[in-house]
Amino acid sequence: MATRRRPRLGALAALLLLAAACGGNDGSSSSGGGGGDRASAPGVTATTVTIGSHQPLTGPAAPGYSEIAPAMKAYFDLVNANGGVHGRKIEFKYLDDGYNPTQTVIAVKRLVLQDKVFAIVGGLGTPTHTKVVDFLNSSRVPDLFVSSGCRCWDEPAKHPYTFGWQPDYVVEGKILGQHVKQQFAGKKVAYFYQDDDFGQDGVSGLDKYIDKSQVVSRQTYQPGNTDIAPQVSAIAAAKPDVVVLFSIPAYTALFKLATLKVGINPTLVVSNVGSDPTTLGGLLEAFAKRGGATVKGSQLIEGIVTDGYLPPLGDSSNSWVKLFTSVRDKYAKSLPWDGNVAYGMALAYTFVQALQAAGDNPTRQGIVDVLEKGGLKGPGLTPFRYSKDSHAGFTGTRLGTIKGGAVMPQGDALTTDDGDGPITAFTEAPAEAPANGVPA
Amino acid sequence: MPILRLTLLRHLGWAVAGLVGLYLLTSNVEPYRDLQIATIAYTAIAAAGLTLLTGTSGQISLGQGAFMAVGAYTTAVLLEHRPEWPLGLVVLLSTVAAAVVGALVGAAAARLRGPYLAGATLAFAVGLPALADYRGLRHVLGGANGLVVAQPPPPLSLGETFPLERWQSWIAGCCLVITLFLLANLQRSRMGRNMRAVRDDEIAAALSGVDVARTQVLAFVVSATCGGLAGALLAVVNGLAAPGAFPLALSLSLLTAVILGGLGSLAGAVYGATVLVLVPGWLNNLAESLGVARNVYANLPLALYGVVLVVVMIGFPHGLQGGVRRVARWLRPDGSARSRDGNASRADVTRVTTVPGTESDSVLRGGPDGD
Repeated sequence: MATRRRPRLGALAALLLLAAACGGNDGSSSSGGGGGDRASAPGVTATTVTIGSHQPLTGPAAPGYSEIAPAMKAYFDLVNANGGVHGRKIEFKYLDDGYNPTQTVIAVKRLVLQDKVFAIVGGLGTPTHTKVVDFLNSSRVPDLFVSSGCRCWDEPAKHPYTFGWQPDYVVEGKILGQHVKQQFAGKKVAYFYQDDDFGQDGVSGLDKYIDKSQVVSRQTYQPGNTDIAPQVSAIAAAKPDVVVLFSIPAYTALFKLATLKVGINPTLVVSNVGSDPTTLGGLLEAFAKRGGATVKGSQLIEGIVTDGYLPPLGDSSNSWVKLFTSVRDKYAKSLPWDGNVAYGMALAYTFVQALQAAGDNPTRQGIVDVLEKGGLKGPGLTPFRYSKDSHAGFTGTRLGTIKGGAVMPQGDALTTDDGDGPITAFTEAPAEAPANGVPA
Repeated sequence: MPILRLTLLRHLGWAVAGLVGLYLLTSNVEPYRDLQIATIAYTAIAAAGLTLLTGTSGQISLGQGAFMAVGAYTTAVLLEHRPEWPLGLVVLLSTVAAAVVGALVGAAAARLRGPYLAGATLAFAVGLPALADYRGLRHVLGGANGLVVAQPPPPLSLGETFPLERWQSWIAGCCLVITLFLLANLQRSRMGRNMRAVRDDEIAAALSGVDVARTQVLAFVVSATCGGLAGALLAVVNGLAAPGAFPLALSLSLLTAVILGGLGSLAGAVYGATVLVLVPGWLNNLAESLGVARNVYANLPLALYGVVLVVVMIGFPHGLQGGVRRVARWLRPDGSARSRDGNASRADVTRVTTVPGTESDSVLRGGPDGD
C-alpha cells in the first residue's frame, strides 16, 4: 500500500471553522440601529418588531402543522398592511426544525443570538420546545403561546417568560369526562389513548369525572405502530357503550375502521386534536381504500362527540371565521381553510393584541406584565387564564357533535382548571372580530 | 523507528496548531457562531469515526446515529442522577458505553458484507432510538419527549460573563482535535494498515496473517466510540437527549458528509461536517432574500446535498479532500509526491465508485422518509 501524505488535520480543522465563522454573516446586518427611544428592546426598532418561531416545516409533524406558520404570517401581513402595531411592522421569522429537538435548539439560538428577535411566538411541539424553555427564560426572551397542550408551560415561578395558549389536555379531559358521566350514567366506558403526555394528561382529566368502575377497558397505542387490532379486540370484548379517544386524527380513523371490522358501534367521544372532520373524513376514505374497501368518510364520522375552543370553521356568519377566511383569500391563497390555519391566525391575533397592549415602547418585561394583567379577549370561546399565578391559555372548550361533515356546537362553552376545580358554564357573549381585523 | 516518531511529532504539532487556531477563532466570534463551531466539532467527530470504518476498513454503516444516541442518553442519564460527577468523567463513560455497544454490534457486523451490513446497521439506526419510548425504560429515558440535560456552566475563573456557547465550543473543539490526533495515528499504525489490507482484499489480508474478523470488529468499535463521544457532546451542547434528535436522516447525512469530504480522509470528515452544519443556514438566508416559497426551500437542503454529492463525485472522485490535494500538488510540482498520491488515488477510486452508489440512493430515499 502506498503511504498517503497526512493532511494537516488540526490546522485544517481550524481553518474550516474560521470559514464557518466568517461566512453567512451577511444576511443579518444591522437591525439594532433604530431611532432613539423607539428601539425599546432587542428586536424592536422605530419601524419594526422582529419575532421568531420554530416550526415543523418538514419531518414527521409537517403534514397539517406546516400550515400554521404561513397562516400566522398571513395575519401579520394584514396587520402590516393596516399600518402595523404602534407604527411598527411585524417581521416574522420562522425556521424549520423538522420536529427534531436538536434542530429546535439551533434554530431558537439563531433567532435569539443572531437575529435578536423580540420574542418567540408559537414555537411548536412538546418534545421540541421543552428543550429551549430554560434557554429562553434564562435569556429573558418572552416565550409566548407555545403550540402544544402540555401543562409544562404553566410554571410562572420557574419559567416566568413562558406562556401557553391552547387549553391543556387535562381541561379537555375533565369537560369530556363530565359529559360522559352525565349522558352515559351507568353505561360501560372504554378509553383509547396515545401512550404519552398527551393521552395520559387527557385520561387524568377523564378520571376526575368518570367513575372507575364504569371504565371497562383502557387501551393505548404508540404513534408509528399502525396495528391496533389487539387493542380494539380487547375493547370489543368489554362491550362498551362509549369509547373516549385521546388520539391524533390518523388513529381516530384507524380506530373507527377497526370497530367496523369487529362489529361494534359504540358512541365515540374524541378530543379536539383528533377530530377535525375534514381531516378525519379524508383519512377514513384513504385507509379504507388501502384495505380494498370503499367507505363514505363523512357518514362514518357522523355523530362523533368532540369539543373545540375556537369558533366552528363552518359557521360562515361568525365574525372570526369571516376575518380569517378573508385573510387567507388575500394573503395566503395556497393554504387550505382548516383547523391549522384558523389556529395559526387566532394565535397571531393574540400576539398582536398583547403587543398592542404593551404600549408605544414595548419591552420584554412589559409584554409579560400585560399578559399577567389578564383581560385579553380573542377568537377563543372562553377567556385565557393568564395572571400572575398562571400562564395557562384558554380555560375551556365547548362540546359539539359532528353532523354533516362539520362540528355542530352544543350548549355553552365550559371552563375549568387543570386541578380539582369545578366545571362552570361561560355564558358571556364571545368577543367579535374588529372591523378591520386588527385589535384596537 | 525514526519515521514513526516523526509522524507522531508532526501529528502533535498539527494538534497544537489546531487548538491554538480554535482558541483564536472561538474568542473572536459571536455566541451563535460558537454554537455552530461546537456543532461542527461533534458532527466531525462522528464523521471521522465513520470515515475510518467505511473508508479505511471498508465497512458501510448506516447506524452511526444510533451510537450517537447511546452516548447522548448515557450522558443525559448520568448528569441527571450523578450531577456531582465531573463532566469529563461523564463524557468518558458515555464514550465507553457506546464502545461496548459497538463491540456487540461489530461482532455481528463482521459476519456481514456490503448491502447486508448496510441493512443491519440501518435497522439498528431505526430501532435503537425508539427504545427510549419502550414502556419499561420510559421512566428512565423520558419516552418520546426525551430528557433535558442540565448544561454545565463555564468555570467561574473565566469570568462571570463568559458565554456558555464559547465554553461548549472549547469542549467540543478539544474533543475533536484529540479524536483526530488519535485517529490519524491509528490510520498510520499497523492496525490502520491491517484495515486497509482487509478493505482491499480480505483473502489476501488473511493469507498475510491479518485477523480479518478482529480487524473489522475493532474498526467498528473505534467508529462507535467516536459516535458515542459525538453523542455525548451533542447532549451537552444542545442540552437534550431525545429520540427525535437521532432520526435515520442523521445517520444518512453523516455518511453523505464522509463521502463529500473524501472517503477515508479525516480532514474530509471535517469538511463534510462543516458543509452539513452550515449549508441549511445559508440556504435559509438565501431563500429569505430571494423570497422562495417555503414549501420549496424546506426541501432544498436535501436536494442540494444530492446535487453536491453528484457534482463532487464527478469532479473529485475522492471528495473535497481529493480536490484540496490536487490543488496542493499543483502548487508544489514535485514528482515523487505526485506518484505517491497517484497510487493512493487509484485505490480510492475503486472504493468510491462502489460505495457512493448505495449512498446517493439512500440519500434520495431519505428525503420523503424525513417528511
